[in-house]
Amino acid sequence: MSEQGDALLKVRGLEKHFPITKGVLRRQVGAVRAVDGIDFEVYRGETLGLVGESGCGKSTTGKLLTRLIEPTGGSIELDGRDIAHLRQGQLRPLRRDMQMIFQDPFSSLNPRHTVGTIVGAPFRIQNVKTEHGVKRAVQDLLKLVGLNPEHYNRYPHEFSGGQRQRIGIARTLALRPKLIVADEPVSALDVSIQAQVVNLLEDLQNEFGLTYVFIAHDLSVVRHISDRVAVMYLGKVVEIADRETLYANPRHPYTVALLSAVPVPDPARRDRAQRNRVLLTGDVPSPINPPSGCRFRTRCWKAQEICATEEPPLVPRLDDPASHQTACHFPVVEGEEVAGRTPATTSA
Amino acid sequence: MPDGHPFLEVKDLKVHFPTDDGVVRSVDGLSFKLERGRTLGIVGESGSGKSVTSLGIMGLYNKRNADVSGEIWLDGDELVNAGSETVRKLRGDKMAMIFQDPLSSMHPYYTIGRQIIEAYRVHHKVSKQVARKHAVDMLGRVGIPQPDRRVDDYPHQFSGGMRQRAMIAMALVNDPQLLIADEPTTALDVTVQAQILDLMHDLQSEFNSALIVITHDLGVVAELADDVLVMYGGRCVEFGGATTIFERPEHPYTWGLLGSMPRMDRPNLDRLIPIPGLPPSLINLPSGCAFHPRCRFEPRTGGLGSTVRPELVRAGGSNHLVRCHLPTEERQRIWAEEVKPELEA
Repeated sequence: MSEQGDALLKVRGLEKHFPITKGVLRRQVGAVRAVDGIDFEVYRGETLGLVGESGCGKSTTGKLLTRLIEPTGGSIELDGRDIAHLRQGQLRPLRRDMQMIFQDPFSSLNPRHTVGTIVGAPFRIQNVKTEHGVKRAVQDLLKLVGLNPEHYNRYPHEFSGGQRQRIGIARTLALRPKLIVADEPVSALDVSIQAQVVNLLEDLQNEFGLTYVFIAHDLSVVRHISDRVAVMYLGKVVEIADRETLYANPRHPYTVALLSAVPVPDPARRDRAQRNRVLLTGDVPSPINPPSGCRFRTRCWKAQEICATEEPPLVPRLDDPASHQTACHFPVVEGEEVAGRTPATTSA
Repeated sequence: MPDGHPFLEVKDLKVHFPTDDGVVRSVDGLSFKLERGRTLGIVGESGSGKSVTSLGIMGLYNKRNADVSGEIWLDGDELVNAGSETVRKLRGDKMAMIFQDPLSSMHPYYTIGRQIIEAYRVHHKVSKQVARKHAVDMLGRVGIPQPDRRVDDYPHQFSGGMRQRAMIAMALVNDPQLLIADEPTTALDVTVQAQILDLMHDLQSEFNSALIVITHDLGVVAELADDVLVMYGGRCVEFGGATTIFERPEHPYTWGLLGSMPRMDRPNLDRLIPIPGLPPSLINLPSGCAFHPRCRFEPRTGGLGSTVRPELVRAGGSNHLVRCHLPTEERQRIWAEEVKPELEA
């Protein structure tokens, strides 16, 4: 899948600082550094998983990629064209190529519009001519995502959460985009429905050769759907690798901690899982005033002096291939004792 | 228990809500027992009745719009037919609850300390100073740093994980013997979830309380529960020890849940195996077995599935109950030969 070189999306030094203002003059007194200089590529036809805890900047990254918000620095190259600072008018034709699936299927569909209007909106807005009319195109889309095309005239409240998410997906697919950014697309759904939607996303990818950026906090779902995974912490990418490598052989202490925290649905392994768990202490620091050097050092058991002074670059560490990059001065070696415990290794 | 009665016994609990569209049978004939020091995990999807069960036990319903019947015995006291004053005395004292979203279940206007102190003083005739000391002590026990200072903070000054800890402190302040946690970690990040699960585990062994954990996350259940109750359409469809439920489940819905869930401890599946269709409406449950429209083994029941409501009967494991028309041997064979290989493929 991840044929190196054919990148659909290339992100360099991407930054989004939200200003904090004070007083009547709205003088800027600081900034929330939600995304603070990240680099990555998304290759054509692959799924890049973006994981991290709340407040790490993963959703902001998603909004930047689809240019729902404008970055304060860096570049976003879509198909070789920098879209980081395009104006609304220039962006509009590009919206056909990149679409977004939102988390909450309840608030992302207009309750006063019928399904037909919602899914047909992209055609009207982009002035796209459809062969047999918009209605037919919408019905085809509904069929594609597993909904009854006769429900064309129904309203969102008549559908369940999973069905609404399918409506959102149908709308996303209307203009056959190249890139789809899915921000927590299944976290609001029940387990049994989650699997239906995950399978649907995979089928659609195979059928249309879609490229996904899949943002989620659920590490098991990300492992299932992604080809490569990037781990974010406090506005930075701390580790990026292909799925098997990242889950079997995590290098960054934060990735190790994150993976060990996932509860395993196997009571026989309960005691071992608890023993092997790396418990992070404290909370994520504020993105207004991130720690100097490595941002994870305040919660890291391996931190030394250099971690406070020098920010580790995102590069391959130890004997890793170029595709596995870690931003850490003291990457974790396989089988290493972690915080006094041997980390639970997950089979990839 | 010495006198032979279980600590908590729920018998044929029904919680029905009459509405203009019909009666919503949120909980429809649920029975289970729980001893002190044990943890029961209740699993199910939204609308399966798991949260309503907990509200039923806690007496947190409005008698004007809920029809509650059956029996709930807590350490010798019957709760369903008891007056609201009796239940009120037990609530927060002998039984306490941890809610999913600590931001909306704490009062934003009052400090954390004041809310914990109130919970303590409702049940103990002590001065504010004594109660405050108790609150600080409790906050320290649940792992809040500098509890003597943080006790005067407002809920919004706490992070999500700390708020959940504070909520646990509030629930535990009266040493409850029964603790119900309704999706205690769903709103939290995984690293914080891990901390809270460990904390609940430790506190339970310290207080020797009976714990009910309600969740949709089978991982959380596997981590905490001794026994597991799987709910579907307001009823228990399978009950058994945690090991039994995860290793030798016998209900097709439990199989479905296990197949829907990507697992980090197993090789990656090419495809998840979802349960087709949608959860049923509680107003209009399907005839026969409530799960039959979504069950791929229904044809093998010879028409029973869609016509006759199955009873909860003994299954293969010890203390293992299942509500399914398929014969035990057939279920065990399907699990071992058809379903399990699919999940591990």
